[in-house]
Amino acid sequence: MKLSREEVMHIALLARLGLSEEELEKFGEQLSNILENFEVLQQVDTSDVPPTAYPIPLENVVRKDETSPSLPQSEILANAPRQEEGCFRVKAVLE
Amino acid sequence: MNLYDLTIHQAHDLLQRKEVSSVELTEAVLKRIAEVEAKVRAIVSITEDLALSQAEQADERIRAGDFTPLTGVPALIKDNMCTKGIRTTCSSRMLENFVPPYDATVAERLKEAGMVMVGKTNMDEFAMGSSTENSALFITHNPWRLDRVPGGSSGGSAVGVAAGEAIYALGSDTGGSIRQPAGFCSVVGLKPTYGRVSRYGLVAFASSLDQIGPLTKDVTDSALVMNVIAGYDPRDSTSANYPVPDYTKSLIPDLRGFRLGVPREYFVEGMGKGVEKVMRTAITKLEELGAKIEEVSLPHTMYALAVYYIIAPSEASANLARYDGVKYGFSYQNGGSMWDAMEKTRQFGFGPEVKRRIMLGTYALSAGYYDAYYLKAQKVRTLIRREFEDAFDRFDALITPTSPTVPFKIGEKVDDPLQMYLSDVCTLPINIAGIPGLSIPAGFADGLPVGMQIIGKPFSEETLLRIGFAFEQATGWCERKPPL
Repeated sequence: MKLSREEVMHIALLARLGLSEEELEKFGEQLSNILENFEVLQQVDTSDVPPTAYPIPLENVVRKDETSPSLPQSEILANAPRQEEGCFRVKAVLE
Repeated sequence: MNLYDLTIHQAHDLLQRKEVSSVELTEAVLKRIAEVEAKVRAIVSITEDLALSQAEQADERIRAGDFTPLTGVPALIKDNMCTKGIRTTCSSRMLENFVPPYDATVAERLKEAGMVMVGKTNMDEFAMGSSTENSALFITHNPWRLDRVPGGSSGGSAVGVAAGEAIYALGSDTGGSIRQPAGFCSVVGLKPTYGRVSRYGLVAFASSLDQIGPLTKDVTDSALVMNVIAGYDPRDSTSANYPVPDYTKSLIPDLRGFRLGVPREYFVEGMGKGVEKVMRTAITKLEELGAKIEEVSLPHTMYALAVYYIIAPSEASANLARYDGVKYGFSYQNGGSMWDAMEKTRQFGFGPEVKRRIMLGTYALSAGYYDAYYLKAQKVRTLIRREFEDAFDRFDALITPTSPTVPFKIGEKVDDPLQMYLSDVCTLPINIAGIPGLSIPAGFADGLPVGMQIIGKPFSEETLLRIGFAFEQATGWCERKPPL
């Protein structure tokens, strides 16, 4: 199967990933080639097979609802590209 | 012998007997880094001042008699494990200036054990790759032949250990990222059972596959590092609450009574002739050591590549959604709208392979394709896991090559993602099944290293280490050093 240019643009939009003209072209081709190779999975009969999400059995982990010290605000914000009054500063969400 | 060539246990003996101090050992390693780093380029950040101050503290601990086998021993950590106050880049423009406010659990445990950290190692960006060529920072070279790749994604850690830039290192392994570079650089690399080592503070790539493990100069060192990093951690909800043995107790050079399976599907078409020859010799050696060898078939192996390259990118596309230019990391500030800035942040912050995998995963999870790709892959994952379970009813461990070829040339596969993906074909199934795998030096083909992979059932690291130890003692491949 060959991904159309529109499909590649749609996936990029879903992933919020800006792509250059050249990348759109190249990824379309490469992803189509990779997906074609994945067709092999359709040969496998999985009708009664449950999916595996994690390789070892897991249980939900809960902890006691107790307060404990967290990292100071200043340390959390130290890596923020923009901050103001102890908050992450972001661009306008509503315009 | 040069101090930088010592193993952990050799260094520990000298430190304990006070024949050498941690500061002397650390200085020797730092000097070695200064000598060879320009050739191999394994290290993103050299932490010289930190290392020397940790070495001084280690010497005090040794004087006071309060020390562990790792106290005062210089180590390198892959640059996707958070180290408090030390830049942690994932070899990505996205995190080039990221300084974590906390330590990963493995870093915390090693610090408590008295680690001297000499630096953070280069890797494929966000651990996505098999050659370390996907680092956004620079390319790392194989110390055995500088025009060859070191493997990846933990290429910097494997090279660092092989080249004497550290006594040991930590790597992470999502589809072979510890074992494949270990094989390519002739060092010992262990991917533990999923859940055996805490992932807290490991920058997430594919959360159901990622696992941290040691890269070391021999099997004894692998056991020594596992003794410190393995174990339950309440901060990782997938951490296994399962007793941790003393792994050094399993180091017995005798394989009598062991049943080993050799899965024929791992001796694939396109496998290097030299690799095959080394593997046949290695298997004969295991037989001489007392093991009973039998061929076995794992027919679903052929689907592992497709399963992996659907599941890993799907999980990655979700995990990497966090890089939005708001909380930390690279942020494009000149964009117009919020969406525009976010798209440009990700366009300029991620390299080509990361983008490719985000695209692939987003596609596999998107409406209309979820059942055909992601769900289908998860079901075949079950079949691959069951096939291993059945094999371990009959065998103590399985023996395969770590990679189908010797290290390839730098640049050879960068334009063909599928060919690059195929270099992990022997290691991917192990992550899919969540089981442990150990790669140990098995010899050389055309002067280049060949790794042997030993695969076991969940929490059978002791068995793998014992087989690896017996083989290593009988062959001595671990003692060869690259001609740098």
